[in-house]
Amino acid sequence: MAEHGSLIPVNVVTGFLGSGKTTLLSRLLRSPRLRDTAVLVNELGEVGLDHHLLEQVDEQTVLMQNGCLCCSIRGDLQQGLGSLLSRSGRGEVPAFKRVVVETSGLADPAPIAYTVLTEPVLRHHFRMGSIVTTVDGVNGISTLERFSESVKQAAMADRLVLTKSDLADAGEFAALGRRLTALNPSAPQFDAAGGEIDPVRMLVEDPFDPQGRAREVRGWFENAGELSSPQGDRRDFQNHDFQNHGFHNHGEIRSLTLTFDEPLDWTAFGVWLTMLLHCHGEDVLRVKGLLNVAGEDTPVIVNGVQHMVHPPAHLEAWPDADRRSRIVFVIRGNFQQALQDSLAAFNRLANPGG
Amino acid sequence: MCSLCGTLDDGRHWSDAHANPEAFAARSRTHTWARERQQRTRLLNRVLASYALSVSDWEGKAYLLRASTGRTEIVKNLGELWAAAEAMLKRPCDPLDPALLSALADSSSS
Repeated sequence: MAEHGSLIPVNVVTGFLGSGKTTLLSRLLRSPRLRDTAVLVNELGEVGLDHHLLEQVDEQTVLMQNGCLCCSIRGDLQQGLGSLLSRSGRGEVPAFKRVVVETSGLADPAPIAYTVLTEPVLRHHFRMGSIVTTVDGVNGISTLERFSESVKQAAMADRLVLTKSDLADAGEFAALGRRLTALNPSAPQFDAAGGEIDPVRMLVEDPFDPQGRAREVRGWFENAGELSSPQGDRRDFQNHDFQNHGFHNHGEIRSLTLTFDEPLDWTAFGVWLTMLLHCHGEDVLRVKGLLNVAGEDTPVIVNGVQHMVHPPAHLEAWPDADRRSRIVFVIRGNFQQALQDSLAAFNRLANPGG
Repeated sequence: MCSLCGTLDDGRHWSDAHANPEAFAARSRTHTWARERQQRTRLLNRVLASYALSVSDWEGKAYLLRASTGRTEIVKNLGELWAAAEAMLKRPCDPLDPALLSALADSSSS
């Protein structure tokens, strides 16, 4: 298998109907830095995309026999990415360094990640990049309250782009930002109408890019207040309950951060997380962790979407002076204390008396 | 890669340190791949004991999962292991189950 760093990143631009996905993508693709980008779109909307390597694919999902919705192969991507690869190899289309998939407004990003990570041919050539989710600055709050698809798209994002701030009431726009922070604190937010959107930050420096990885990880915990908290701060557990912010329709989705003072045993962590994701994976929308692994001087990062976990990566240095393990979950259900207690119990198995 | 479906997985699993040397480049020479599997098997048996199941390493290539009835399944990795355990037990293996955590605590202190 190719080295992870040499795989072609597949970025996803998603967002609810009318939230500005194509406008954002059109703007990003004007950058010379994204010249080597192949684009797969699910629907050609009113905003025309002018790009030399643009393909339309029809969203098809092949459900696995076990009926797990996140673990389904997107047949269109399987064919679209495979075709791009073989035609590029034959010189029929220009060589490309990254792919952007623009989804339909109701799409679930999880099967895209599953396809890239597990499809036997694709996984040897591609890796996941960023999930960029656009949220309508005017209608975002009501959309999140009414449509579970939009909640999932925002919860799984690596970057949240809030659009139409020039049309939105300033107070409501700020409230939308706070609600998105409560839902997904590890994703940085960008105001599309209020300033420049850096194409490199959006689609080049992704969470799995070796150059941008350290900054990315630092950002995971900034909104949770974890990196700024002093070493002696004993807030072992931070919970942002979406219900407390008025999201009664999807009140069960929440973000939380677990922290552990003691180093984690990698083997025990693997046993625990595989067991957790097997049993509760459909409720774990995202998991991102910076782990102090026993016996290691530098941290290991883990990053998962529902039942899938990306290959873990090793950071060359700690992003700050804090040496605790920190794990952010975006999760459906009230598992907070149970998660903390459970991982601690599994870790003690490896370190009895420790 | 997926903890639920093993169907398209060729055996490389994220939790298998051998498959992801990048994550473990700094491991000392004494921490070998074989020791990692040994430790994983030991920890799994501490957890599976609560379900009257056990596991052993099969030539470093797979794991043999056994029920007390003698039923045996070959699984490639941890993702497949929990699916097979659940199928044998006909109930979920939930790491958040207080009864399991209590059993693990007893096991840690003994």
